[in-house]
Amino acid sequence: MAKKFMYMNTKAPYGTIYALESLEVVLIGAAFEQDVSLAFIDDGVYQLTKGQNTDGIGMKNFSPTYSALGDYDVNKIYVEKESLEERGLTLDDLQHLTWEDEDEDWAEKDSIKLVSRAELADILDDQDVVLSF
Amino acid sequence: MKLSIQINEGPYQHQAADSAYQFAKAALAKGHEIFRVFFYHDGVNNATRLAVPPQDDRNITQQWTDLQKEHDLDLVVCIAAAQRRGLMDEDEAKRQGKDANNIAEGFRISGLGQLIEAGIESDHLVTFGA
Repeated sequence: MAKKFMYMNTKAPYGTIYALESLEVVLIGAAFEQDVSLAFIDDGVYQLTKGQNTDGIGMKNFSPTYSALGDYDVNKIYVEKESLEERGLTLDDLQHLTWEDEDEDWAEKDSIKLVSRAELADILDDQDVVLSF
Repeated sequence: MKLSIQINEGPYQHQAADSAYQFAKAALAKGHEIFRVFFYHDGVNNATRLAVPPQDDRNITQQWTDLQKEHDLDLVVCIAAAQRRGLMDEDEAKRQGKDANNIAEGFRISGLGQLIEAGIESDHLVTFGA
């Protein structure tokens, strides 16, 4: 039986390597056909912002990879509402991530779901394995 | 209980490496099984055999090597994280055309799939650091 894997992303994308190396686990983990969710909280919400440009810091811009997650059947992406608000961000500041639902004639659906801190706590409670980055 | 441990921080800089070791030792003493210890992020640096800490301090890598020997632990160093940080075993050094290797006895290098497998196979995956 598949286990519920939750990847918690808590840090900004380039200040440390956690975000990039979290994404690497998610992509490898997708091959194991588990029930995968991602959550973005605290500065982790910056990982999903659109229009990232890393020219000035000499680091690879890995943000386009998030838009490929849908193809890996990673389509439960929770963004904590309070974390966005505390940083003056809204859903419009984030990439529009989608996936195609095989059961509904490949209808395009949104992957990102805004959840409150309390809702996310319930979602976490329901997981088998929580990996925090 | 079947446990796995993930270590995300390097030695000495961060207590995570020490806490993980203490946890592993305590869990084994209580009769629990440790399915795997997975070293990720800067945690891969716990596996270097070239570290020379002061004599009056603990040797974190040696502690793991000893515990591995005693309990036949599976100590896995993430290859992707290790390559970035200059950690390699003999095979990997050969493959990359490097003139040295630095993985300590008792550790092995493998892929991230080993972490996912540890999550699947264990009752609990306990994370230290990050």
